[in-house]
Amino acid sequence: MSSDTLDVVLRLLGVFVVFLVLPLAIGQTEHKVMAHMQGRLGPMYAGGFHGWAQLVADGVKFAQKEDIVPAGADRRVFQLAPAVALLPYLLVLVAIPVGPGNAVGQFVDAGIFFVLAVMGVGVLGSLMAGWASANKFSLLGGLRTAAQLLAYELPMVLTAASVAMAAGTVSLPGIVDAFHWWWVPWQIVGGIVFFTAGLAELQRPPFDMPVADSEIIFGAYTEYTGLRFAMFLLSEYAGIVVLCGLTTVLFLGGWHGPFGADGLGWLWTLLKTAVLAFVVIWLRVTYPRLREDQLQKLAWTVLIPLALAQIALTGVVKVVTQ
Amino acid sequence: MTGTGSGTGIATAVLAANPHAHGFLSPTGVEIAFLLVGIVTLGAAVVSVTTRQLVHAALWLVVALGGLAVEYLLLTAEFIAWVQVLIYVGSVVVLLLFGLMLTKAPIGRSPDADSGNRWAALAVAAAAAASLVWVVVDAFRATWIDLDGAPQGTTEVTGEILFRHWVLPFEALSVLLLAALVGAIVLSRRKNEEH
Repeated sequence: MSSDTLDVVLRLLGVFVVFLVLPLAIGQTEHKVMAHMQGRLGPMYAGGFHGWAQLVADGVKFAQKEDIVPAGADRRVFQLAPAVALLPYLLVLVAIPVGPGNAVGQFVDAGIFFVLAVMGVGVLGSLMAGWASANKFSLLGGLRTAAQLLAYELPMVLTAASVAMAAGTVSLPGIVDAFHWWWVPWQIVGGIVFFTAGLAELQRPPFDMPVADSEIIFGAYTEYTGLRFAMFLLSEYAGIVVLCGLTTVLFLGGWHGPFGADGLGWLWTLLKTAVLAFVVIWLRVTYPRLREDQLQKLAWTVLIPLALAQIALTGVVKVVTQ
Repeated sequence: MTGTGSGTGIATAVLAANPHAHGFLSPTGVEIAFLLVGIVTLGAAVVSVTTRQLVHAALWLVVALGGLAVEYLLLTAEFIAWVQVLIYVGSVVVLLLFGLMLTKAPIGRSPDADSGNRWAALAVAAAAAASLVWVVVDAFRATWIDLDGAPQGTTEVTGEILFRHWVLPFEALSVLLLAALVGAIVLSRRKNEEH
């Protein structure tokens, strides 16, 4: 009994460490990759070797800043919003399997629905922040966030359903267990739709109009300072980890690889996640921001038909091969 | 209206649990947790229909709907619980908040957030709650879920029951929803022509 408890505590501790380390690693990578793509060096001094400790320094800076709540704001909702934005990603990480067998924080029977449902809750944090700030730019940011959610939620759920149909299960480890290499070409359209819709959920460029700095300052987060602002930033990077991890698990076969699938499976998961995170950064440097109506058009006229076509294809192949 | 609906649902859940808790002299931990979550859910639902702050009402609705999801979890209906979060917390409440933000819901109390129909609404809510409680109690009077045995609410079990046993009502419901969708499109188009 006590070894069970110890097991659970160790797993949750492991998930928590991943939750703290991986988003920072991605943030640092973003600093460096963006800099080199733009012909700069990026942070070079903090920590000595190529500025590796830049984000630690940033964290110290955030912790020292004054925590301000605007006079006209709704105090409690304003202060609660960053936690509502950040915690769902921690919960989702618990359910993402990294390796074969039992290498998952906590096995969840309806894993796909769990992760999609809980990720959707995180958006409430942005909405709360946008409304409670008593700032018109924040309100506009919140409105754009909500409009964006309505656009991307459906294609995400549809493509996830396609994978669940292919695997015949809705548990995440079960899906990776059922994976074969030919799933990649089979589900590629669904994978691209899922990844694109996920980028829109994270409000990452080219879908960052809810925080468009040249139009509405920083959207829902305009009035935030100090650690609360840092929590919103952290939730964005934790979101990248979650989205890339999920795309890896659902569409790229998780721990399956050409070799070393037994002992080093978790390395494959990490590698694929890292490559996808690099793509997320790459897209930020490459593409200009879409307008809100362009995202709606993209979602309703391209992503959703593609997702439905993917479901049809999955169904046909599934029936023919059985 | 949504608040009333969830309120009655919760009242039902609490009442349905009561015979179970009282059936044995020593209720299990799950039953106690079920009752506590039920009380919290009921409280959140009541606050969400009585508060004068519009956005707070929507946020209390999140607590109420989330509490319902926890109740489903405690009854081992995991799939239903996650779908509840996905649809209600993730989409319906976001839609509500979107509408509130579009109308620029004020921070603080809204003096006009009160309705003359208060007593009629209370009567309708009480009647709906009473009929729901009566139906549920009458239907499941002596049926208790064995929480220690094999889970009865897994995705597999739910899917099999839904698509083998209840497939006709399921299809009827989907046709009904499709009709509602077409109706919504027709309504919105007619408005456009008037402009």
